Amino acid sequence: MSSREESERIHSAALASAVAAAARTRRYGSWYVAEHRFRVMGTYAQTVLFTAIGSPLVYLYAMGVGLASLVDGNVGANALTGVSYLVFLAPALLASSAIAVASEEFTYPIMLGLKWNPTFFGMNASAIQPGQVINGLVISVAARMLLTCAIYYVFMLVFGAVPGALGIVAVLVALLTGLSFGVLVMAYTITLKDDTGQLAMVQRLIVLPMTLFSGTFFPLTLLPPYLQWIGWISPLWHGTELSRVFAYGMSEPLWLSLVHVLYLTALLAIGWIWCRRLTVRRLNK
Amino acid sequence: MTGSIGSLYSGNARSVMARGWRATRSTNSLVVLSGVVEPIFYLLSMGLGLGTLIGPVQTSGGASVSYAAFIAPALLAVAAMNGAIYDSTWNVFFKMQFAKLYEGMLATSLGPLDVALGEISLALLRGLLYASGFMLVMQILGLNLTWWALLALPAVLLIAFGFASVGMAVTSYLKTFQQMDWINFMLLPMFLFSATFYPLSVYPQGIQYLIQALPLWHGVELVRGLTTGQVDPGMLWHVLYYAVMIAVGLVLTTRRLRALLLD
Amino acid sequence: MPETVIVTQNLVKRYQNFVAVDGIDFEVAAGESFGLLGPNGAGKSTTMRMIGAVSTRTSGDLSVLGLDPDRYGPEIRAQLGVVPQENNLDLELKVRENLLVYGRYFGLPRARVARRADELLEFAQLEDKATAKVDDLSGGMKRRLTIARALINDPRLLLLDEPTTGLDPQARHILWDRLFRLKEQGTTLLLTTHYMDEAEQLCDRLVVIDQGRIMAEGSPAELIRRYSSREVLEVRFGSTQNAEAAGRLHGYGERIDVLPDRILVYSTSGEKELERMTAAGLRPITSLVRRSSLEDVFLRLTGRNLIE
Repeated sequence: MSSREESERIHSAALASAVAAAARTRRYGSWYVAEHRFRVMGTYAQTVLFTAIGSPLVYLYAMGVGLASLVDGNVGANALTGVSYLVFLAPALLASSAIAVASEEFTYPIMLGLKWNPTFFGMNASAIQPGQVINGLVISVAARMLLTCAIYYVFMLVFGAVPGALGIVAVLVALLTGLSFGVLVMAYTITLKDDTGQLAMVQRLIVLPMTLFSGTFFPLTLLPPYLQWIGWISPLWHGTELSRVFAYGMSEPLWLSLVHVLYLTALLAIGWIWCRRLTVRRLNK
Repeated sequence: MTGSIGSLYSGNARSVMARGWRATRSTNSLVVLSGVVEPIFYLLSMGLGLGTLIGPVQTSGGASVSYAAFIAPALLAVAAMNGAIYDSTWNVFFKMQFAKLYEGMLATSLGPLDVALGEISLALLRGLLYASGFMLVMQILGLNLTWWALLALPAVLLIAFGFASVGMAVTSYLKTFQQMDWINFMLLPMFLFSATFYPLSVYPQGIQYLIQALPLWHGVELVRGLTTGQVDPGMLWHVLYYAVMIAVGLVLTTRRLRALLLD
Repeated sequence: MPETVIVTQNLVKRYQNFVAVDGIDFEVAAGESFGLLGPNGAGKSTTMRMIGAVSTRTSGDLSVLGLDPDRYGPEIRAQLGVVPQENNLDLELKVRENLLVYGRYFGLPRARVARRADELLEFAQLEDKATAKVDDLSGGMKRRLTIARALINDPRLLLLDEPTTGLDPQARHILWDRLFRLKEQGTTLLLTTHYMDEAEQLCDRLVVIDQGRIMAEGSPAELIRRYSSREVLEVRFGSTQNAEAAGRLHGYGERIDVLPDRILVYSTSGEKELERMTAAGLRPITSLVRRSSLEDVFLRLTGRNLIE
């Protein structure tokens, strides 16, 4: 055997065993990352559950019952797109709860993993690839979001806020809404070298106004025309409107419903890919 | 008595406050300043947007005011509460547990009361800044209905002082971030239920009593009475409520800091 | 012929404004313990990251375990154990949990990871810390846990970046002991260090790196033989007289080095040089005869001290 053949034989043997060693991680790596994140979430499971149960209870009662008595008392019981204020508001609160999970999980925990306690670098030093880190994060947050929204939905049923037969679909719409916004926030967080208040600003200058001006507490059309663009670009507005269609059959042209779906899906896809690219760059020092 | 106060307080709370203020400013002044926009966003959305669906609202003083004029004073009180709670809980917690800042301070001539008052004054200063900004917006939108509204500024300081003092006392007993989360859990329902967005009268009598026992309701009623011009001597009860909060908070904080750091 | 585990040829890593690694060549054989020795900023960690398949090389050839990291990153990393310079243990999880989640990253079945985690906790002398929070561990314990984590997949090659930097002397010796056991078991080790004693203790062979280039290569003993003398005499004349005394020391030993605070005389016998000095009327304030070390090699090669 020539030395060249010999070296090729060694190389192919090394390659075969290496491919075998990494095969499972190549395939399931994203789930391993998610597994890790679930364990981390387990350390604050109390907070997760308490928020998931407490916030629908408090918001639906304070706004859907308390505030609703003022609104319905003034404009009549079925004045808002044909339903009571509670029914009008509930799908918006549901979508907002997904946004709240997104803006919590896709900000500080990302900064933590990239900088303060750089566990993402640790993952990447194993057979895990940067894109799988992102996938795992998205999977784990999606799970928390789904749990939160499902609990919210149960409370909506208890409060009698879901007359529509397809109401349960609103939970999936909320999930899509939360994730599509979440991946954008995560992409921004990945670009930060350090947090000197930027994440607090995201909360204050983006999440809060988005929650308040996305047709959440009142129809977008009540805003002055020069402010309505906030709703059009806001994932929360698209998500809320779509949720309303399913929760109580709000009448809306079909094309507009399709726009909601397409817009949210596009944001999710773009944000997700963008996050993966940024992470490849960030982890490859 | 004077002896014990002397060992607790050297009259130099200002230097503690100055350090805190410098530290806050050097981190990111934009973040501090942006705090003022929060209540403004709420006012514009709920007051002006939702207000068109609600129309005039009855205050507890009996006046009928626009919805924006109804919630603006409540948002002012809430902003005072939030600012004070942030400065006196998260901020103080961080300094106690991680930066070990107070140990260094108490190794000098400063006493625990200097530390407590210094931190609280910082919280008040921030509160005053936010309140002034928000009052200006209210003025522009025509939501300060009488000259009494001027007194809302000292009222806001009183509210901030009360929350900061109790907040710091509570924080000095906490050990983990998880426990800090519980503070937020308590604040959210108080924020939503304390006659902030609608009159208390929508609730059954039992729940009304419960809410009236909580501090934010007193703050909201006090500020609302002033900005809407529905002033009556009964409001002094609200003032008294906060005076007690301040006293209790200060006593507890001072004791606790001394036990933790000096003994 | 033993299998070659790492081959670098003219390996270069260039960042926007500077060249971190400037064309280095070396080979590491299976079972060998190989060191990259050099001061901070010499390019050791960058080299480590390229070998660890988490940093793309700018040019040159690199083969790790017979594979090109550009193409087979996960395949290479699946067979590596990595101990980075900065600990990146998950501080939110407990000690044993850190091993469990990491083992899963290699696709190992849960039961096997659990068994291996317990073995490694024993190896790292952390059995009684299994349920402790990582943050509550001492620096040395964290380091041992990181090494245990790096071994969870039974790696063919263990990369250690400054394994004992920042540890107290006792913690360093415990760690060296653990690494020595791995070496005895035949694990291939690649480590960077700026500590001479560490390199002399652990490395079969090493390269001296400075400013991204290799200055010398060999076993510690070879390098000392080649670039230094058997012994070194260190004499101090006080800071003001050092320079003047140095002038009168011309011709002593095989070579002398004048440092700001002391003069080094390289010789086969330090005692003889000292006697000669005293006989000539030179009276150093202090004198010390010691064996030559890698520190002297580095000084000879670069004209600088390793730790500045």
